[in-house]
Amino acid sequence: MMTRIGTGAVVTCVLLGLWQALVTFAGLPPFILPGPLRVAGALWDNAALIGWHAAVTFTEVIAGLILGAILGAATALHMATSPFARHFLRPVLVLTQALPVFALAPILTLWLGYGIGSKILMAVLIIYFPVASAFYDGLMGTPRGWLDLAKSMQATPRQVLWRVRMPAALPSLASGLRLAAVYAPIGAIIGEWVGASQGLGYLMLLANGRAKIDLMFAALAVLAVLTLILHRVVGAGCDRLTARIT
Amino acid sequence: MTYGAAETKRARGSAPGLTLTGDVRFGTVPLLEEVTLDLVPGGWTCLLGPSGAGKSTLLRLIAGLDTGSQFDGSIAASDGQDVEGRVAYMAQDDLLLPWLDLRGNVAVGARLRGERPDQVRIDRLIDRLGLAQHATKRPSKLSGGQRQRAAIARTLMEDKDYVLLDEPFSALDARNRADMQDLAAAQLAGRTVLLVTHDPMEAARLGHKVYLMEGTRLHLLPKPSGPPPIRPADDPDTLAYGAALLARLRAPE
Repeated sequence: MMTRIGTGAVVTCVLLGLWQALVTFAGLPPFILPGPLRVAGALWDNAALIGWHAAVTFTEVIAGLILGAILGAATALHMATSPFARHFLRPVLVLTQALPVFALAPILTLWLGYGIGSKILMAVLIIYFPVASAFYDGLMGTPRGWLDLAKSMQATPRQVLWRVRMPAALPSLASGLRLAAVYAPIGAIIGEWVGASQGLGYLMLLANGRAKIDLMFAALAVLAVLTLILHRVVGAGCDRLTARIT
Repeated sequence: MTYGAAETKRARGSAPGLTLTGDVRFGTVPLLEEVTLDLVPGGWTCLLGPSGAGKSTLLRLIAGLDTGSQFDGSIAASDGQDVEGRVAYMAQDDLLLPWLDLRGNVAVGARLRGERPDQVRIDRLIDRLGLAQHATKRPSKLSGGQRQRAAIARTLMEDKDYVLLDEPFSALDARNRADMQDLAAAQLAGRTVLLVTHDPMEAARLGHKVYLMEGTRLHLLPKPSGPPPIRPADDPDTLAYGAALLARLRAPE
């Protein structure tokens, strides 16, 4: 773990150094590519502004993640227990993945307005499929021996689901959630690009329009860090979840 | 369920027998033709045969599990009651749930039926199988022999007339296997046991009755001599019987 973090730090420092060297020696103007020092300065100068917009985006991402995970897991459970639902929900599930979420963003903004509702829905739409499909695969892939044993014990379907199929599917759900943690910010940012008055995506567009490229990079850096932290936290939660069952 | 039900039930007399007769087909391919499998009431019936011969299929038919085949025939208990719900099943894989500790695994049958497990009986069974100091361990912390003991405790917890064993000891090393055969013979006394195995010595030691699967036929073999279960592994008659079984298994059809 320590070595992983250490390696990551070294790689990051080297990349930042190369970036700064490129900017310094190639003489690139800051409105094309600002160096990391300049971006750090912009981050420092606009800390309050970026922090506020980051809080908005973070709220959207977390709300989308929770809602999407609940909806996805509920869909998977429903499909796993009812052949009827399997028949009718599977096409819907694939459809949510087949539709480019980018194309839906303007419509969602039109319907739900410029507030955070449309962004949350974007995040939900983008993570719904990975969560539902990973958990569903897990629920349908219960080792046959356990199901045979349960059947010979005259288990009720509800108890089999609760005590065998669900615990056995938790690692699959966890891999879906890990993906969702990385995808959810993408949904929120797309939503903010299409139409918003707050959030990191909005701030980036605004900064870009005013040629404040350093501010744009600062917002991007904050977004990347947020996503990494979210990925780590969700990953650690998933690890604890799966450790309980293995 | 009352306290100590397993012991009292067995004390009332041995379990009934069971007869399976009929044909088994995979689509249009006959797997078994005109078979008659008669389980010894309260004793061990061994079903021996090469892999893929359909031993497990017969066992799964009795257990009421999916076999992917068509069965034309009947399965009847000698006391005239339904077989369904009176069967305990144990496989080569111990099938312990990795997220439950040993005690939870022994209690799993009751939990899966939505009943309250009898904790006193669970602890007594765990104790009887020499697993008391492992009761709160997860299966991953147990040895292969301990895991199979836990599976026997879970099977006994079910307290059923019929116990169906599908090669339960074949993954164990020689010493553990012999120990588990002794243990199972003692613990399952009085129950009607069907043991599917590909080990001739296992059948020679444990069987009150031995069936051999050859092609699509099921043959009842002569009874092994000596008091079952369980015959000593070094008993000359048992050794000779095991050797004869092996010779027959290896004979070209």
